[in-house]
Amino acid sequence: MSSILGVLVVAFLAGVEGVVDEWEFHQPIVACTLVGLATGNLFSGIALGAALQLVTLGWMNIGTAVAPDPALAAVVAAWWVSGAAHLPAAAGVILAIPLALIGQGLTRGLRQLIIPLVAQADRAAAQGNLRRITWLHWSSMVLQGLRVMIPTALFMLLPATWIQQGYAAIPEVLRGGLRVSAGLLVVVSFAIVINMMATRQLWPFFFIGFALATDGHLSLVALGMIGVGLAILYIKLQSKDTPHHDGSGTPPNDEDELDRELDDL
Amino acid sequence: MTYRKGVSEVTDEPKLRRLTLSDQLLVFSHSGLEQAAWNYPRLQNLGFCYLMVPAIRRLYPEKEARILAAQRHLELFNTMPYMQSLITGVTLSLEEDHANGKGVSNDDIRALKVSMMGSLAGVADPVWWGTLRPILSAFAASLALSGFGIVGPLVFFIGWNVARLSFRWATQRWGYLQGLKVVTFLSSGVLQKLTLGASIVGMFVMGAIVPRWTRFKFAPIIASSQHNSLSLQAMLDQLLPGLVPLILTLVCVWLLRHHVKPLWLLLGVFILGLGGYWLGLLR
Repeated sequence: MSSILGVLVVAFLAGVEGVVDEWEFHQPIVACTLVGLATGNLFSGIALGAALQLVTLGWMNIGTAVAPDPALAAVVAAWWVSGAAHLPAAAGVILAIPLALIGQGLTRGLRQLIIPLVAQADRAAAQGNLRRITWLHWSSMVLQGLRVMIPTALFMLLPATWIQQGYAAIPEVLRGGLRVSAGLLVVVSFAIVINMMATRQLWPFFFIGFALATDGHLSLVALGMIGVGLAILYIKLQSKDTPHHDGSGTPPNDEDELDRELDDL
Repeated sequence: MTYRKGVSEVTDEPKLRRLTLSDQLLVFSHSGLEQAAWNYPRLQNLGFCYLMVPAIRRLYPEKEARILAAQRHLELFNTMPYMQSLITGVTLSLEEDHANGKGVSNDDIRALKVSMMGSLAGVADPVWWGTLRPILSAFAASLALSGFGIVGPLVFFIGWNVARLSFRWATQRWGYLQGLKVVTFLSSGVLQKLTLGASIVGMFVMGAIVPRWTRFKFAPIIASSQHNSLSLQAMLDQLLPGLVPLILTLVCVWLLRHHVKPLWLLLGVFILGLGGYWLGLLR
C-alpha cells in the first residue's frame, strides 16, 4: 500500500515538473529511480531510468512547442518494471514511447483547459486581489500534477498478471528484437539534439569528437576538456579575425568574463 | 559596484519605496513555478504575474496602482524559464523606479519585458536544453549503467539543481542591481559568444557520445567455412568503430532537416531493430 502511495506522489511531482521544468523530477533517470525506491526495487528502477534517459534526452519544450512527455512514460514504465509485473528494462523502454505520446496529448489538452482559470486571474487583477492570483496559480500547479497522477493510477489498476501474460505472449524473436530496438532508439534523441545546434561551422567539432571517442583510452572528462579547449580557441581566434566596429573594440574584460563562464560549464 | 539603487541628488525627497532582500528572495522562490499555468494564447502570463506578487505588494499599497501592476504583468509572456530570472531582476528594478515616480512608465516596463524575452530564450535554449541537460543526463546514465548505481541519478539531480538555482539567483540579483545597464551589456555580443561556445562543446560531446553509448552489435558470424569465420562486426571495428551508429544518427539528422517528425524516426528505428534481429543480422 505504501508503495502505491509512493508511486502516486512521484507521479504528481513528475507531472508538475513535466511542465515547470525546474527540479527535473520528470526526467526518467530521476523519476524511475524514485519509483524503484518506492516499490523496493531500487536497482531495476535505476537501470530502466538510465536506459530510458538516453532515449528521452532530446525531448525538450522550446518556445510554444510541446515535446512527448517523459513524466507519464517514466512513472508508468517504472511501475511495470520495478513493480509486481517485473518486466525487463528493454520492454519498459519500448512501452514508454506510446505512454509519452499519451502524456503529450494530455499536456496540450491541459494548456487549453486552463484558459478559464487564467481568465479568472484577469478578474482578480481588476479587483487588485493578489491573494486570489496566487491561489489560482497554485491550483493550476495541482492540475499539472493530477495530469500525470490520475492516468498513472488508472494504469496501476491493471493487474500485474495481465501485463506478465501479455509480455509472455510475445514470440521469442520479437522479444529479442525489442532488446535490440531499445538500444538503438537513442540515435533519434542524439539526432534531435544535434539538429537543434548544428550549423555549417559546427559540424567539424562533431566529427572531431566522434573520432577521438572511438579511441577507448580517452575518458569522458578528458573528452570534455578537449571540447572546452577547442571552443575557447575557436572563439578567441574568431574575434581576432573580425575587426572591431566601435573604434576602441570590445573591452578586454568581456573576454575574461566569457572565459570564466565557459569554465563554469 | 558603484551604481546604487534609489540614490538621488534630491535629498529631501519623501521616503523611497524599496524592495527588501526578503522580497527578492520571495520572488526568487516563486520564480521556479513560473510555467505551472502555461496556457494558450498568453503562455506564461499568469506565472509571471504570480512571481511578481511579493514585489507588487511591497511597492504599491494603493489599490489603483496595484491593479495596474497586476494587469501589466498578466500580459503575454514567454521565455526560457531560467533566463526569466534576469528579466525578473531588471523588471524589479524598473518597478521600483516606477513606484518612486522616476520617469519609468507602464509602457517602458512592458516594452522591456517583450524586448528581452525573445532574444534571451533564443540564446538560452541551446545552452540549457541543447547542451547542459543532454550531456549531464547522458553522463549520469552512463555512470548508472556502468555499475555506479545510485550515484548516476544523484549526480544528475544535484548537479542540475545547483547549477540552476545559483544561475537563477545570481541573474535575478544582478538584473535588479544593474537595471537597464543589463540591456546595454547584452547588446555587446557576449551572450552570442557564450552560446557559440556552448554549441561547440555540445556538438563535440554529441559526436563523442554517438559511438560510446549506442548499443549496436552485428551478429558475430555471418558466414563461416571450415577454416575461418567472417565477422562483420570485427571488420567494421577495424575500419572505424561506431561507424553504423554514426551513419544512423546522420540519417536521422538529415530526415529531421527535411521535416520528418521524430515519432516516425522512433518508429523506423524500432522496425529496423526488430527486422535486424529477425534476419539474424543484429543481436
